[in-house]
Formats: sequence, C-alpha cells, structure tokens
Amino acid sequence: MADQHRQAAVVEFDHVTKRYDAPTGRDKGKPTPGAVNDLSMKVPAGKICILVGPSGCGKTTTMKMINRIIEPTSGTIRLQGEDVTGSPPDELRRRIGYVIQQVGLFPHLTIADNVATVPRLLRWDGSRTRARVDEMLDLVGMDPSIYRGRYPKELSGGQRQRVGVARALAADPPVMLMDEPFGAVDPIAREKLQNEFLRLQEDIGKTIVFVTHDIDEAIKMGDRIAVLRTGGKLAQYASPAELLMYPADEFVEDFVGADRALKRLALQRVRDIDLWTAATVRSGEPVAEARRKIAEADIDIPLVVDDHGRPQGWLSERGLAGERVRPELRSRAEPLVELDDVLRDALADLIESEVHYSPVVDPDGCLAGVLSLEVISQSLHVPPERARTSTELVEPAGDDAVSAEIEPA
Amino acid sequence: MSAALLPLVQLDIRSRRGGTCESEDGFCPDWIVDNLDRYVSPLLEHVVLTMVSVGIGFAIAFAVALLAHRREWVSAPVGALTSVLFTIPSVAAFLLLVPLTGLGPLTAIVALVGYTQVFLFRNMVNGLSNVGEETKDAARGMGLTERQLLWRVELPLAVPEILAGLRIATVTTVNLATLAFFAGAGGLGAQIYTDITFRSNVVVAGGLAILLAALFDLLILGGQRLATPWRRAAAA
Ligand SMILES: Nc1ncnc2c1ncn2[C@@H]1O[C@H](COP(=O)(O)OP(=O)(O)OP(=O)(O)O)[C@@H](O)[C@H]1O
Ligand SMILES: [Mg+2]
Repeated sequence: MADQHRQAAVVEFDHVTKRYDAPTGRDKGKPTPGAVNDLSMKVPAGKICILVGPSGCGKTTTMKMINRIIEPTSGTIRLQGEDVTGSPPDELRRRIGYVIQQVGLFPHLTIADNVATVPRLLRWDGSRTRARVDEMLDLVGMDPSIYRGRYPKELSGGQRQRVGVARALAADPPVMLMDEPFGAVDPIAREKLQNEFLRLQEDIGKTIVFVTHDIDEAIKMGDRIAVLRTGGKLAQYASPAELLMYPADEFVEDFVGADRALKRLALQRVRDIDLWTAATVRSGEPVAEARRKIAEADIDIPLVVDDHGRPQGWLSERGLAGERVRPELRSRAEPLVELDDVLRDALADLIESEVHYSPVVDPDGCLAGVLSLEVISQSLHVPPERARTSTELVEPAGDDAVSAEIEPA
Repeated sequence: MSAALLPLVQLDIRSRRGGTCESEDGFCPDWIVDNLDRYVSPLLEHVVLTMVSVGIGFAIAFAVALLAHRREWVSAPVGALTSVLFTIPSVAAFLLLVPLTGLGPLTAIVALVGYTQVFLFRNMVNGLSNVGEETKDAARGMGLTERQLLWRVELPLAVPEILAGLRIATVTTVNLATLAFFAGAGGLGAQIYTDITFRSNVVVAGGLAILLAALFDLLILGGQRLATPWRRAAAA
C-alpha cells in the first residue's frame, strides 16, 4: 500500500464514564455501578492500543463509545482533537474501521460486496470500488480472483476474519476498532492471523483500539496496553515491557501472571542485551596471539571463525598445543542465535541443544557476541528501585510525554 | 340470511340419458375433453381471487411486520390476532361477512386476506428477528443507517422465511378459495358444486385447484432460489 494511504488519528478519552440503567426488577431505571469509570487516556496516532482485563470489566463498552454504538454517560471522546458527538453517528462510523469477534460478514453478499460496503455507503464510483476491493483482498492475503465471488459460508473461520479486516480497511479509516478479532479461531490460526496483522499494520500504520482478554495477545500485539479492572477503572496504561517490568499494583501483577518475567523474554531481542565476548581465532594464527585474546574475553573457550568472521566451532585444547592454531573443534558452533531473535526463541534454542551458551551472529553471519543462560537471566533482573512505581506510568490525556508521541512516525 | 341467496343450485352440465358414462356419474374422458372450456372462467376467477388476496395480505402483513420490528410490543398481540382469525371456520367467515360486504369477490377477498396473515406476518417477524446480532452490530458499526440496515441487510436475509410464509399462504388460499362461492365469488369451488355428484366434474375442477396450488408453489420456490443464491453456496 502506498504511503499516502498512511493516515491515523489520535484517540483521546477525557474523563469518560458509562453507566447502564438497571433494566428490570426493583432497581428499574436506577443507574448501575458503572461499566466504565472516569477513564482518561490517549492513544497515539498509528499505534495499537490494547484494552485488556477480566470479563465484564468494560472493554467492549469502552471501545463502542468511540464509534458511538454506545453513548457515554459523561465525558468526551475525541478523534484527532474532534469531539465524536460533533458528527452524526453514521458518518462517524464510516470513518472508523470495525471488526468484531463473530466477524459479522453479510451472509447474503459475496466477499467482494462485503468488502465494498463502506465504499458504497460513501458513494465511490464502481471502478474505484472494484479496484479497492481487489487491493484489500490482496492485502489480507486472499486471492481476489478466487474469493471475490464467493459467499461467507464458503470460507473458513480464519478466512472470514481476514475478509472482516479487509472490509474494515476498505475506506481507509484512520482508526480501527477490533473487539477480540481473533478470539473465535483456533490457536494455530490465531497465531498466524496475529502475525499477519502485525505485518499489515507496519504498512498501514492505523490507530488501532484492540480488545482482548488474553494478556499474551495484548503483550504480543500492543504498542500500549490499557489494563482495566472490574467496574471499568483504568489500572495501568503502559507499554508491554513497562507493564511486565513495573506492574502498577497487585491487580495488574496478578493479571499479567506469575510468569511475567518469562513473558518479557518474548519482548526483548538478543540485540537489546549485553552479550558476552569470545575470542575469535583463525586456523594458522599464532597460539600466543590466540591466548592473549582468550585472556581478554568473557569466556575462555575461543571460537574458530572463517575468513569472513563466520563462526565455525569451539576450539578444543589440542588446537592450541602447537605453535600455530590447528582447527581441532570440540563442538560445532550450534545453535546459531541471530541478533533479531527474541530472547524466548534464543533460550529455547539453548535448552533444546543442551548448551549453556552459543554464538550470536549479525545479519551477515559474522560473530556479534555470545549469548548464555546467565546473560538471559541477568536481562530479566528488574532494578528494585524502579519496581512498583505506579503514578508515573499511568498517562492521563494531555500528558506531555504522550503528546510527544502523537505525530505519526 | 336465507340459503336462497347462495348459489348452491345444482345445474345440469351433462346429459342424463341412461346408459352413458355421464349418466352414471362416472369418470368420462370424452366428456372432459368436450367440456374443458367450462373450466376456463372458474379457473381464472380462482387465480384472481388467490393473487389479489395474497397480494393484499402480503402488503398488510409487511407493513405491520415492519412496525412490529421497530416496536416490539406490537408483535405478540398481532401474532395472537392472526392465530385467532385463522381458527374461524372459513365457511362461517364467508357467510358472516356477506351482510357487511355483500355477495361477491370482495367478501371472499376480505376473508382470504385474513387467513393469509397468520403465515405471512409470523414468518416476516421471525425472518427479521432471526438476523444475527453480530451481523447487525457489524452493519451499524460500518455506518449503515437503520433504514439501510433494514433494506440492505435484514430484509434480504429474511427473504427465505418471508417466501416460505408466502408459499404456505398461497397454497392455503388456493385451497380456501374453493369455498369462496359461499360468498358468491365463483372460482373452482363453484364449479365443483354445480354438479358435485358427477365424478368427471369433481375430478377436473378439484384437479385444477391442486395443479394451481402446485404451480404457485413452484413459482415462488423458483423465485426464492433466484433471489437467494447465497443459500445454495456450499459450506466450507
Ligand atoms: N447493554 C447493557 N445493558 C446493561 N449492562 C450492560 C450492557 N452491556 C454491558 N453491560 C454491563 O457492563 C459491564 C461491562 O460490559 P462490557 O461488555 O463492556 O465488558 P467486557 O469487558 O467487554 O467483557 P467481556 O470480556 O466479557 O466481553 C458488564 O458488567 C456488563 O454486564
Ligand atoms: Mg466484550
């Protein structure tokens, strides 16, 4: 998709509260405790903001107030600075993509007609709409020539969800609302859809408000995560790493789970942490020189590299017996970890290969350092003075630190 | 009201000379071939009665069903009323209406329209309310107005049930219209009663009514298949 399509808007909640009327019985007409309570937060343009929390905590309500399917009891929601109540709901909604868990494709319309829904409401001409439909189907990885004329019930659950995303994106809305979009598909398809969506978002750069009750999905998908607690109160609004590292209170700590340290492994990349150094030696180089390098390195086993600096294997003691280094390997340089690997995958490689450390290579295959179990465990260590700071991490609307992020990258 | 008003007079439509097939009330192919034209105008009357009644019935049911779709409390009492209407014996309805609307097609149509409602109204209301919440949620979320939602989503999705109601209503009306002669509206029933003991007559007039019902049924079914290609798509 071309760059001029990249448009996104800031979404801002300003002291938003929603109370549903108790519908029946003795309490008829009385306001209930509140599904959303005095919510203030700002979603920067072009970012994925996840609303997460236990069932009934007000995630869906929060999301549906943005496109006015639900009207707040009090407070203001602004889109790119503009109060959403300023335009008629129908017009507003045509500017906001909407994806729900059950997808809600129109069963009586073909895939093409489904995707064309909003362009037609906006009275685009036929050829522009057709071109757009094909572009959108391509974008979500569905061959238009195959799927254009099919009906929703001829698709699998994952395919329907993709069409749902294509339909929501068709009129290029600056904001997308997604309510548990991948909740109804099996775990393998979900993982695939999540990855595809993240790749897609890199191209389209929309502002996305994404509801889930799955903290793992939140950590994976979110640029920012809003944790809501029952009663619709914002418990913490932070980046995934901050949330895992510095949960604001016990509720958030419980919600992110006892394994939050492990979850952080999925967020950090090998390039983000301080690696060990190892001596690199080449076959035929003087042993004295090699021994000097070994003394300076973090580990005392040298790595044999080829002429391009690519690791070949760990040198055995016998390789250093003569005048010159002989390429006698104690073991091959395996597994090879890459700088862009997330720590979780790198750790899995180490454990699977039953080694304590392994070489890390840059994109050219040259040695960049050594990753060890110790290095990983150090990276998980949270400086105690920063643990449990709450207020500074909850960023209310209008916070300067957040405003700086508003400009799309 | 006296029975003399009613066209229940038995007419002679055949020769009663002894020894022939006709005089013995039999099934006489030769007679049928010679007398087919007698059935043309009762058949047309029957077709008109059915189409006019179902047409008006459809319009009324449609309007009330749309109202009931918007205001939910309308649905239950109207539904109950249509059921009650349907329990009135048809001959009684025809006879009771005669003092109000006189002898003739009008009376028959009023009664027949009443009988269609139970099928048409119920199916329309069910069809509209069976549209999935998630479909409506998605439609509203994309910015369809309530009117666009109704015409572009809810009604198209209700078509199968609406047409199923139309089929039953039409077949039932063809059937009930055979009694419309009690209201002086003619039709195939009148033809049957002109000589109810003559098997050839009963078979031809009755057979035409059955064929007519089957034909209407097939036509609507065909229309439904054309209008709802999405229902035939194979599930993935
Ligand atoms: N239309 C409504 N009328 C009355 N109460 C409602 C209505 N919709 C939601 N609620 C209540 O408001 C609260 C928040 O509901 P909401 O649907 O926003 O929760 P959620 O976080 O999306 O939950 P879930 O994870 O189960 O989808 C719940 O207590 C719910 O019972
Ligand atoms: Mg929800």
